[in-house]
Amino acid sequence: MKIEVNTHEKNMIRFAAEHPEVLVLSADLGSSCEVKKFRAVYPDRYLTMGIAEQNMCSWAAGLAREGYRPFLHTFAVFLYRRILDQLEMSVAYPNLPVVFVGFVPGITTPGGVTHQSINDVGVLRTVPNMTIFDVGDATEIEGVLDLAWACNGPVFIRMLRKEVPRLFPADEPMQFNRARVLSEGDDILILSSSICTEEAMRATQVLKEHGLSIQHMHVSTLKPFTDPAILEALRKTRHGVITIENQYEIGGLFSAVSEMIAENGIGCRLKRIALPGYPHGASKMYLMKKYGIDAMHLVQAVEALTGRSLGITEADLAEERFVDFLEV
Amino acid sequence: MESKKYTKSDTQDIANQIRKQILGIAIKTGGCYLAQACSSAEIIAALYTQVLHLGPSVGEWEAIPFPGVPGPDNMDYQRGSAYHGLPDPDKDRFFVSCCHYASVIYCALAAVGRISPSALEKFNVDGWNMEMIGAEHSPGFENTAGSLGLTVSIAAGTAHARKMKGESGLVYCLMGDGELQEGQTWECVQAAGYYHLDNFIMVVDVNGQQVEGAIEDQMAEEPLADRFQAFGAACVSCDGHDIDAIIEACRAEHVGKPLVVLCKTKGYTGIPPLEKKWPFLHFVRISEAEKPEYQKIYDEM
Repeated sequence: MKIEVNTHEKNMIRFAAEHPEVLVLSADLGSSCEVKKFRAVYPDRYLTMGIAEQNMCSWAAGLAREGYRPFLHTFAVFLYRRILDQLEMSVAYPNLPVVFVGFVPGITTPGGVTHQSINDVGVLRTVPNMTIFDVGDATEIEGVLDLAWACNGPVFIRMLRKEVPRLFPADEPMQFNRARVLSEGDDILILSSSICTEEAMRATQVLKEHGLSIQHMHVSTLKPFTDPAILEALRKTRHGVITIENQYEIGGLFSAVSEMIAENGIGCRLKRIALPGYPHGASKMYLMKKYGIDAMHLVQAVEALTGRSLGITEADLAEERFVDFLEV
Repeated sequence: MESKKYTKSDTQDIANQIRKQILGIAIKTGGCYLAQACSSAEIIAALYTQVLHLGPSVGEWEAIPFPGVPGPDNMDYQRGSAYHGLPDPDKDRFFVSCCHYASVIYCALAAVGRISPSALEKFNVDGWNMEMIGAEHSPGFENTAGSLGLTVSIAAGTAHARKMKGESGLVYCLMGDGELQEGQTWECVQAAGYYHLDNFIMVVDVNGQQVEGAIEDQMAEEPLADRFQAFGAACVSCDGHDIDAIIEACRAEHVGKPLVVLCKTKGYTGIPPLEKKWPFLHFVRISEAEKPEYQKIYDEM
């Protein structure tokens, strides 16, 4: 498993070279959001907006009205929780092409609860006109800006930074509103997003060795959520579906899947693996284990749905570890 | 219309006409944002006839049904800004942050021939674009301004974009003084100062009133001019009922800085009985018993 470093940093510069209308706006966290080099390369296209996110958001709306494409860079939590009114009335209502590049989503920061965006997907799924992307690896970081561009409207990206694994082939870019099929099977459907996909890939390998047929799909578009392949997978799963996500248990992937099941009258069991409430400040691996959004908890959910005890241990899963995420 | 030159006397006539029309609405409906019309009539009349450089309206002459919410399938709806003309590089833009003033804007547009006077009959009528509080589609509105503090930043972002593009037109933003309590306003002013937005002019109707009464009884706002200057703007004050003073203030020198024009006004100007209601003038209600008194003023206007 290859680990890529600062993928967004390179990609943002590549992307801006292709689109002269692109501007980067920062709220003093540009160097923590991989746009420090962008500032050096394109000083005139890097607008420092100070530690003032509300103004940055509405200001971006003004820039977008004049044909620019603003990409707002700061931590995800400051791009929805702090500025929801500005986001909705300045950008989402008029359907302006402003891209919110939200870093350190969920528990990918040791910064504690003020820095951890645990309900961004839940909150923003309720915002009309908004598109939400949740990237899972380096290949998706490389592809997400082009998708955001094509949306030509408000987009929120849950962006990963620094060392990120390349889980998917570099020549198979992320597709809009299409889940990525990582394993095909019909006993259990696993739908995963963000950093939980790597966990699910580890669990899936071990589960397969225990004779289970697993359909594993990685979801990177959370709004809209109308992928017909997911609907089909929900219809065919024998024992049910498990969602695993780096987000609060209400409003995110689990809720999107629940809505799809209910709306289509599908009679399948659904288990959620998600953050149970506000987290606290600690390392990512510690928090993933503590709040149960890891491979071991996924195995336990599979056992619960199938009624089979598989005898899989942490040690079995550790052998399948792709990368240690202790770096924060 | 573009070539029409208004005398100062014409401008005052338009201000009087705005005040009269909105008093008429208040008498007819039993209440409206009348005090805002009284405080801002000269400011808005001066802007439309003497200050703003706008192209001819490209909006529909009559009111239109609500054209729908913006979205991927509805981006070609008629914008309120159509009534300010095409967004040419040399033309000004006019943002209205104090969108409770919508009726004043509609009346002003009618008075300067940018919309049909009969469109005013659709004011606040269900299903039409002449809503009580303006949004993207309302005649004279660039954006959806009902949440205070947002529009000034949108206008400043527009000014920033136009400066980067090298356009010569200016960006004006009409504001109330109550929204100066919003933190975002000051975030915006500091950024507009930082980016030397000398193409950005904030015109404030300083009428000293907000929903719960006089501003001084709610929050410490003064000294406003000192605050704006400290945040990086040039700031001038004027009598907001004196057309000449408003024009002169809007033309004040502000090299390398945004300009703030503080127009000192009273919400009962031209309609003396309103003073009895001061400072509770945010939404003026006229009871049946009061109607004859106001009708008499209306008839004499």
